[in-house]
Amino acid sequence: MSMEKTAPLDIDFDEYVPPDPIPQSRKRLGRLILAFGSLVLVAAFLVQALYRAGTIDFGFANWRPVVYAYLFWGITLGTAQVLRRGEAGVRALFVLPAVLFVVAMVVFPLLFGLYISFTDWNLSSLQGRRFNGLDNFRQMLGDAFYWNALKNMVWYTLAVLVEYAIAFGMALLLHSQIRARKFFRVVFLLPLMLSPVAVSWMVGKSMMEIRFGPIANFARWLGWENPAFFTDPWLARFSIMAMDAWTFIPLMMIMLLAGLQALPKEVMEAARVDGANPWQTFWKVVFPLTLPVSITAVLIRIIFKLKLADVIINVTAGGPGGATDSVTSFIFRVYRDRSNVGYGTLLAMVYLVLIVVSLTIMLNVLGRWMRGYGQEES
Amino acid sequence: MIAIDERLDEAAVPEQTMAERTRRLTTRVIVYGILIVWAFICLVPIYWTVTTSFKAAPDVMRGNLVPFLDFTPQWLGWRSLGLSPETLFNTSTVRGEFMKRFMNSVVVSLSASFLAAVLGSLAAYGLSRFSYRFGPMKNKDISFFFLSQLILPPVVLALPFLVLYKELALLDTRIGLILLYTLTVLPIVIWIMRDQFKAIPVELEEAALVDGLSIWGAFLRIVLPISLPGIVAAFILSLILCWNEYFFAALLTSTEAKTLPVMVASQTGSQGINWWSMAALSTAAIAPLLIVGIILERYIIAGMATGAVK
Repeated sequence: MSMEKTAPLDIDFDEYVPPDPIPQSRKRLGRLILAFGSLVLVAAFLVQALYRAGTIDFGFANWRPVVYAYLFWGITLGTAQVLRRGEAGVRALFVLPAVLFVVAMVVFPLLFGLYISFTDWNLSSLQGRRFNGLDNFRQMLGDAFYWNALKNMVWYTLAVLVEYAIAFGMALLLHSQIRARKFFRVVFLLPLMLSPVAVSWMVGKSMMEIRFGPIANFARWLGWENPAFFTDPWLARFSIMAMDAWTFIPLMMIMLLAGLQALPKEVMEAARVDGANPWQTFWKVVFPLTLPVSITAVLIRIIFKLKLADVIINVTAGGPGGATDSVTSFIFRVYRDRSNVGYGTLLAMVYLVLIVVSLTIMLNVLGRWMRGYGQEES
Repeated sequence: MIAIDERLDEAAVPEQTMAERTRRLTTRVIVYGILIVWAFICLVPIYWTVTTSFKAAPDVMRGNLVPFLDFTPQWLGWRSLGLSPETLFNTSTVRGEFMKRFMNSVVVSLSASFLAAVLGSLAAYGLSRFSYRFGPMKNKDISFFFLSQLILPPVVLALPFLVLYKELALLDTRIGLILLYTLTVLPIVIWIMRDQFKAIPVELEEAALVDGLSIWGAFLRIVLPISLPGIVAAFILSLILCWNEYFFAALLTSTEAKTLPVMVASQTGSQGINWWSMAALSTAAIAPLLIVGIILERYIIAGMATGAVK
């Protein structure tokens, strides 16, 4: 593990680096400290592993001391960096904490998750985990509910396009010359502040309640006899989409508004002088110029959409018949019902792979399309 | 930070024809019409929740909407939480329970946001100013390593963490939740702060270094104060996400560290729904963020604006 300084990125800090070379003794001290830290970490891990395996009869009550040992190792690593590499080591201290944190919290659990996804591990049974190879995978292939949840995710993700259109419209209105702009901005932002759980209560459970909910009453007033929002599969899916959209449209709206405000005024002036009507100005000037912001906003929104679960868990619990299930809510239910960690983790891992693959494809296509768009315009 | 000035309408040009004026007027009406309808859509659920917390059962069932006109406000919902005027000074187990959840939410979301702001700002500063090599990884790869966490859906980590936390005795603890929440918001903080630091001219730090400050000194004394608004923006965004998080909290906490969203969610299942008390609970759960949102709106917008616009 080495963090060496290469050619500086933006600034030439080199001229300020004190010229005195680091003495050998200091380097040796650094190496010694790191070696000690590593030793403590390995020892703590080994003792606990052997204790758990029953080979030795002393150890800790749980694995937490190993975490402390990891923290200690991180500190010795940082100290060693400073001692051995001087100025460059001091610079490494900026990213080191975050890197160590993410490695411990993501990389390690991911690898661990990869392992348990090939096991049959029921937390409520006493047998503990049992390696069962590809059984989970085979079970997944035959699991109609999982495929259904994946299909739902495609629909939910496509709904982002509609949300984007609404968000863009609202951003344009907020950007135009209106009075009380600040008031509207604050009000439009508020849904983003609310927790999806509260939204599922406020909107899904009470406002859409068939007997007295105001939305149901409104639908009845419009002439819909029996406004049941969660019995028909498509209607239920649509209701979930609407609630989720309500919460997250402000996110895209704010990003797009920022993009509009960053547009150079001269370009808009030029368009007006050239006699373009608002429609032409939008499609020929505003939309192409804000395209990068649009893509960022849509991407961020899709990322949030892929986590969609809270509303579904709390309003429909996946019903009717799995019609509203998202992958996350389905796995949540699989765990709640059968407390099988292995199968649930495998489903999640497959989901992750699918996300990575489809996002990569999407970004590639987008990149190609954007290049095409740029050539066409210029 | 974006400054949005209230631009006044341009002075009407005198030689406008009648047709032009009517056209302008119709556009105005449509624009304000849409704005008001959307504002209505944004506000009605909040209004419904707040008013329902003051309704009695028959008022809820009749779908009454306007207080004092349709129904007489009562403290029913708030009494069931122990938060109405007459119960406020008595001891109340329900209120004790509520306050415990409330404090859990406060502690967990504040600490996680703070931790993420510290770790994320440091990393973002390092990545925007120095060149690193971490094995085969250079700056670009390290940045990608951090930002790619964004696409990791929480469900992938949920079950492994359940097992790991059990072994680490971190299940149902605030610390366990804080660590996880820090992880989920860290990429967002790094994303925002990287752009913030890139916008600060390097000459400032060069001058500080010439004056004899160390790199860390220059960061703490010069760069940090300048970038404080950005950090506040990132912090508030993290706060919103952590305060509202439900999935991990539902999975990893049971009695001790349960947060407000889990408490709200667990009310709906049992013995029908007490609409008024649910409404009071929801109001109490969303009120802090509504206040934050109204007061610190410009920071939130600024936070989302950087990152989006390069």
